[in-house]
Amino acid sequence: MTAFLSNLINGISLGSVYAIIALGYTMVYGIAKMLNFAHGDVIMVGAYICFCCLFDLGLHPALGVLASMVVCTLLGILIERLAYKPLRQATSLSVLITAIGMSYFLQNLAQLIWGANPKSFQTVIPAGSVNLMNGQLKISYVSIVTIAASLVVMAALSTFVSRTKMGKAMRCVSEDKGAAQLMGVNVNMTISVTFAIGSALAAVAGVLMCSAYPTLKPTTGSMPGIKAFTAAVFGGIGSIPGAMLGGILLGIIEILGRAYVSSELGDAFVFAVLILVLLIKPTGLLGKAVREKV
Amino acid sequence: MKKFVALLLAVVMVASLFAGCSSGESEETKAPVATEGAAAAPADEGTPAGTIKVGSIGPTTGDYAQYGKAVENAIAMAIEEINAKGGLQFELLGEDDQGDPTMAVNAYNVEMQDGMQVLLGTVTSGACAAVADVANEERVFMLTPSASSPTVNEGRDNVYQVCFTDPNQGASAAQTIKSLGLGEKIAVIWNNAQDYSTGIYQSFMEKAEEIGLEVVADSTFSDDSNADFSVQLQAAANAGADLVFLPIYYTPVAAIMQQAGAADYNFKFFGVDGMDGLLDISGFDTALAEGSYMLTPFDANKTDDLTSSFVSSYVAKFGETPNQFAADAYDAMYIFYDACQDLGFTSETTPQEICEAMIPWMQSYSYTGLTGENMVWAADGCVSKVATAYVIEGGQYVSVD
Amino acid sequence: MKTTKLTKYIRRYFPYVLVTAAFLICQSLISTGTMPRTTKSLLIPVCVYIVMAVSLNLTVGISGELSLGHAGFMAIGAFTGIVVAEYTGSVFSAPEWVQLLLAIVAGGVLAGIMGTLIGIPVLRLHGDYLAIVTLAFGEIIRNVLNCIYISLDGKKLHFAFNNMNIDGKLLFRGPTGATGVTRIATFTAGFLLVLVTLFVVLNLIHSRSGRAIMAIRDNRIAAESVGIDVTEYRMMAFVTSAVLAGMGGALFGLNYSTLAPSNFSFNASILILVYVVLGGIGNITGSIIAATVLYVLPEELRRFSDYRMLVYAVVLIAVMLVTNSTSVRGFFDRFRDKEQKQRKDGPENKTGKEGAHHE
Repeated sequence: MTAFLSNLINGISLGSVYAIIALGYTMVYGIAKMLNFAHGDVIMVGAYICFCCLFDLGLHPALGVLASMVVCTLLGILIERLAYKPLRQATSLSVLITAIGMSYFLQNLAQLIWGANPKSFQTVIPAGSVNLMNGQLKISYVSIVTIAASLVVMAALSTFVSRTKMGKAMRCVSEDKGAAQLMGVNVNMTISVTFAIGSALAAVAGVLMCSAYPTLKPTTGSMPGIKAFTAAVFGGIGSIPGAMLGGILLGIIEILGRAYVSSELGDAFVFAVLILVLLIKPTGLLGKAVREKV
Repeated sequence: MKKFVALLLAVVMVASLFAGCSSGESEETKAPVATEGAAAAPADEGTPAGTIKVGSIGPTTGDYAQYGKAVENAIAMAIEEINAKGGLQFELLGEDDQGDPTMAVNAYNVEMQDGMQVLLGTVTSGACAAVADVANEERVFMLTPSASSPTVNEGRDNVYQVCFTDPNQGASAAQTIKSLGLGEKIAVIWNNAQDYSTGIYQSFMEKAEEIGLEVVADSTFSDDSNADFSVQLQAAANAGADLVFLPIYYTPVAAIMQQAGAADYNFKFFGVDGMDGLLDISGFDTALAEGSYMLTPFDANKTDDLTSSFVSSYVAKFGETPNQFAADAYDAMYIFYDACQDLGFTSETTPQEICEAMIPWMQSYSYTGLTGENMVWAADGCVSKVATAYVIEGGQYVSVD
Repeated sequence: MKTTKLTKYIRRYFPYVLVTAAFLICQSLISTGTMPRTTKSLLIPVCVYIVMAVSLNLTVGISGELSLGHAGFMAIGAFTGIVVAEYTGSVFSAPEWVQLLLAIVAGGVLAGIMGTLIGIPVLRLHGDYLAIVTLAFGEIIRNVLNCIYISLDGKKLHFAFNNMNIDGKLLFRGPTGATGVTRIATFTAGFLLVLVTLFVVLNLIHSRSGRAIMAIRDNRIAAESVGIDVTEYRMMAFVTSAVLAGMGGALFGLNYSTLAPSNFSFNASILILVYVVLGGIGNITGSIIAATVLYVLPEELRRFSDYRMLVYAVVLIAVMLVTNSTSVRGFFDRFRDKEQKQRKDGPENKTGKEGAHHE
């Protein structure tokens, strides 16, 4: 029983990381309607920036997190302006290929700057754990902070989207770009802000992910990025609570699959769930149904 | 539109070809410079024997980069020393394979094209087996410093190992754990995507059963999934393990130690030669490795002349303490140097001639070097060598004896 | 009129001519011994990647489905091929070319079966969702392969799931993959496979079915309304593409002595997709050229530059931006208008050609 609970907590912790990434993904997909393959690599850049601040410059962890958020935000805006904005009217295939190109670009740039050798990420959260049930059940501080952070981020994001003017603009743009423009919403600005927020979240996710799973190399972000997209689809693309729910469920499925079936099949379970969801409820757990226009 | 794409592609293609050509030239000119740098020696041209071209293939970038770099550095250093003596002159052809079998075979092809006569490699087992297959067909001799899996020389007479073999390592690991009383309940975490890890795991399990060690948890990971070890550590903790045996390379070892540290598990760790390099990972908190054990045939703190001069010149040249991969590679180069002197190889000797001459020679040869005394080789290419256990204390390897 | 018909024929048979010419040049270089061995070692993979790119172009370009799991079919073909070749070799001691032929056929058949099984759910989806699900299937195939162990015990093949302790000689060992494979793939076989692929794909494109597939790509609802069975034709393209990928994979597998499932990650799928996109969506000759150039160049430049992959990425983005940018498009449209005007004045009128092939 304690073993199951421990695995469950590990799953929730992994899922929280997916959830934060998925929040960024779901916003970008919901508003710009594009599959941003490079999102996972922004995570990687965030983690490297934080690593440099901590290890090379010896800064305080909080400054490291802040620095990586700033850099990633700028990077997100830059990527959007340079690579994605000219493709607003292009086919989804062209946009996808561009995003893949951007992902390659970031990975190879990171490899040139930081080298291909894996780095060992220094955790920004003190090591240690809370012991429950006479020390049978250990919950590490990293897990607690990750879970808490994902909840805070979700709450903040929900409030932002539902309460602020910019949030309203985002919802408009995601419904109908053209109509939003007619109503006086600055579509380009709104999309840029979305990318900025998504990338800042990616930085947070990168730092938290590497604190929990400390191997840092140029390809660190790509798999979690794809899984987070899976989580976003699972929860219903465009839905903020959906991304959260999808991320956490996915983390639990992955860890339980690895613990009780086979250590090789964790990813297979994740993707199998995605396929099932798309076939049974194509809009995801909490997504809105969209009718096909003829 | 299509025409335009085609045009653009053609331009890029042509441009790249030119880039390729021009950098090709610079490479041509670079190669001798590099050896001169490494050789810093009496002009290697003009000596009657010419230079013997020695190949090295290893992961100088990527997850196992410390092995590849150590091996290439050590061979370059050995060649420099040998070239400085005058007489036979050597040149190193080094290629990166990132530990990947396909890339290793490509690297082998490149080096063969550049006139390689003998291959001191490759560094990692999986890649070595792939190259050995081709080299066996073409009759090229391979003396690998560090590929320890038996799959490397199984059924091939042209591959010899300087390092001890995996079955040997697994068994001595079990023996050491037993005799030092390091753990009552043992968990094993191994990489089932690697010949190296699988081989050590199997021989460890056999020996453990034979001598009555209790293995309580046995979990795997593969290269795809080497970021998160929470499941494996959890399994070990649930089974009440006190010692975790890690027959894997250093990158996942670092991740395991960090995750175990973050989650407050108090395991002792026991690694094999693949754990070497752990302390040099950038960003790794060496305190986490404190009290961990590992097997290695090489001790940089030994005070005999050979070791101390090797270590001091390696440190002076590359700014870090050599690990056992460097030591094995250094030995490999000197073994081949002995062979060249005994068998009279020159730059004119073909790889095939070297191969056929080396095979009987290796079996009658005995070598004392950095990684062992009176090493002899059996016809299967395996070396007889003792692995000693070390414990990490204060960021240093300390012999447990 | 005569010349247009002639150009049509030239256009249609140009890929065969191109490939055959390249093959003959390579063969003559090999026989005179002037081909460097590094280049020689690339010949078979290039053939395989041409097959992969042309077959993926059938899905992406002709059928209009973005597939990100093509390497999964390649993996199935590769490991099926390896097992079949080893089995027929050691049990029936079949000659090498028979082993190779059986391996390629078996690889194609199994990949085709998997393609059918995967196609049923996948082809109910569209657009980005379809892309992500094909990616998911590619990853699932690789993960499942990581758990499969196959051994040959005398004349019997043993299969095991997640258990490496099976009797006999292990042919395929989960994540370690296949090791010690006899490399029986030949360049001639690669060339023949490319010809077969071209034959299948080009004939499909120019058939009634091919036109139906393209009609569905251009407007699914309109195609459906004129009575085209959408599922059947999409399936036809998808499964054909999978079969060809499996055949290519089998040849690929028998070219290396060591091959692991990790060689077929989604990055491999994306690599193939890049060949298709840069060669021109729906353009078969383009796929052939792009696969050759883009496979050979990075390999040849491997030792020269750390920047090669970075440049690759930049070129990829730049091509996408340029081909989609409205200002560049406008520039070329102007160009074309002029050209068309001239044509209108002349006796022959070939309008529509460019427009029809537009994305």
